[in-house]
Amino acid sequence: MAQPTGRTLTAAVADLRRGWEQRSLWGHLGWQDIRQRYRRSVLGPVWITISMAVTAVALGILYSGLFDIELATFLPHVLVGFIVWNFISGCIAEGSEVFIANEGLIKHLPSPLSVHVYRLVWRQTLFFAHNLLVYLVMLLVFPQPLSWTVVAAVAAFGLLALNGAWVALAVGIITTRFRDILPITQSAVQLMFFMTPIVWIYDDLANSPNPDIAERARLAEFNPFLHFVEIIRRPLLGQDQVWRHWVVVVAITVVGWALTLFVMRRYRSRVSYWV
Amino acid sequence: MTVSEASSPVSIMTKDACVDFPIFDAKSRSLKKTVMGLVGGNIASDSKVPVIEALRDISVTLEHGARVGLVGHNGAGKSTLLRLLSGIYEPTRGVAEIRGRVAPVFDLGVGMDPEISGLENIMIRGLFLGMTRKQMEERVDDIADFTELGDFLRMPLRTYSTGMRVRLALGVVTSIDPEILLLDEGIGAVDAAFLEKSKQRLSELVGRSGLLVFASHSDEFLRELCDSAIWMEHGQIKQQGELNEVLRAYKGLPA
Repeated sequence: MAQPTGRTLTAAVADLRRGWEQRSLWGHLGWQDIRQRYRRSVLGPVWITISMAVTAVALGILYSGLFDIELATFLPHVLVGFIVWNFISGCIAEGSEVFIANEGLIKHLPSPLSVHVYRLVWRQTLFFAHNLLVYLVMLLVFPQPLSWTVVAAVAAFGLLALNGAWVALAVGIITTRFRDILPITQSAVQLMFFMTPIVWIYDDLANSPNPDIAERARLAEFNPFLHFVEIIRRPLLGQDQVWRHWVVVVAITVVGWALTLFVMRRYRSRVSYWV
Repeated sequence: MTVSEASSPVSIMTKDACVDFPIFDAKSRSLKKTVMGLVGGNIASDSKVPVIEALRDISVTLEHGARVGLVGHNGAGKSTLLRLLSGIYEPTRGVAEIRGRVAPVFDLGVGMDPEISGLENIMIRGLFLGMTRKQMEERVDDIADFTELGDFLRMPLRTYSTGMRVRLALGVVTSIDPEILLLDEGIGAVDAAFLEKSKQRLSELVGRSGLLVFASHSDEFLRELCDSAIWMEHGQIKQQGELNEVLRAYKGLPA
């Protein structure tokens, strides 16, 4: 059978499936990207871990002082939030140029578009794994009341990766056509870092005695990233699950993929013309 | 690449296939124009984008065993046609049906990473051409022998000369088992002795492949590898048929 082509849903789904079948290719390339980045350095990818540790500790100390919160509570909060945020922002920022950056490959090799996206999400997953080492060290310094609910973090990360894939596909296709979206996306991601409770604690501000602050903090509920960060951070810090966050994330996953399939159906075959 | 049953016949069929490139200048590639176009009403913002008709009404049927040469002047659409036949460009109008695993060899450098060693590059390039990791591991020694690069294979690619890179790339490309082999010219920059050696490997590769389309300006190469030909002009097929016949017409010689 020839591959389904054209502007059909079958062709879009076939692209995703065939990309998945080429796991050995993008798996290899994802590792390669990481090793490549630290090629001639002595420590290599350990630098990922080190820079995460340094940033999180510095931010933790700074903001725990500013907000007058105990470091033992605040540092774990910042660290886990920052690790999750790194994955999210990596998927969006790199996703917005995933096809533009791979122009050479797209024009020379007839591989499914999804290969480039899987490679990206896999690379971000490897970064995430490197950063998780900092979390493990943190557990030794500031032990958390972990329970069996920590396995929920695995499911949460699965959802996060699933969302990273659709965002990269959808945003990647759109920015390839409209190049102005690229800087817009990248500044939006930077801005969202501050809107998301990473260097501040949502519950503390939402329950603030000052009604103005509380009201403004609650606006963060509309920030989708809050829910993504919470579903991973809560189990990793041994806090209680809040089902609201899970519902929102699952809803975003479903709607996002539906939207992406629609975009792929229409524009997948145009990407090689646009890059 | 394209997944197909091992037993199913390899073929490429296109019917009235067109490839039109929209050329977005810096302005029209932004949202501004599209949004304003919508507000304005009738003027379709799309129609303002100039379109290059790179290929028009391409109808070809290539079956297993076809050995097709592609001739034409620069800019006639040879490379674009190869990309259409490989599935990189899906036709904007018309249809294209490709059955079989495609190995496109358009640019020897693509997918090569200067920072990693020759051996690692062999692996990556092979994976890109649709081989599995295991298949490539089996072939590495053979490729190493062919390239005559010896210990240099453990050095990063950036230390290689242009000729050494071509050797490496040719070594990988000629080691694969393609169902559909699409070759673009640009095989040069190697010394004469090596060229003889690679010619032999190239014809062996062609022998293994189910279907060959080869774009070249060299009559000698075309005669060696192909038996039929397509003559492209201004993005259209000017003539299609037996190799010598097409070559004579293309060169303006009497039949």
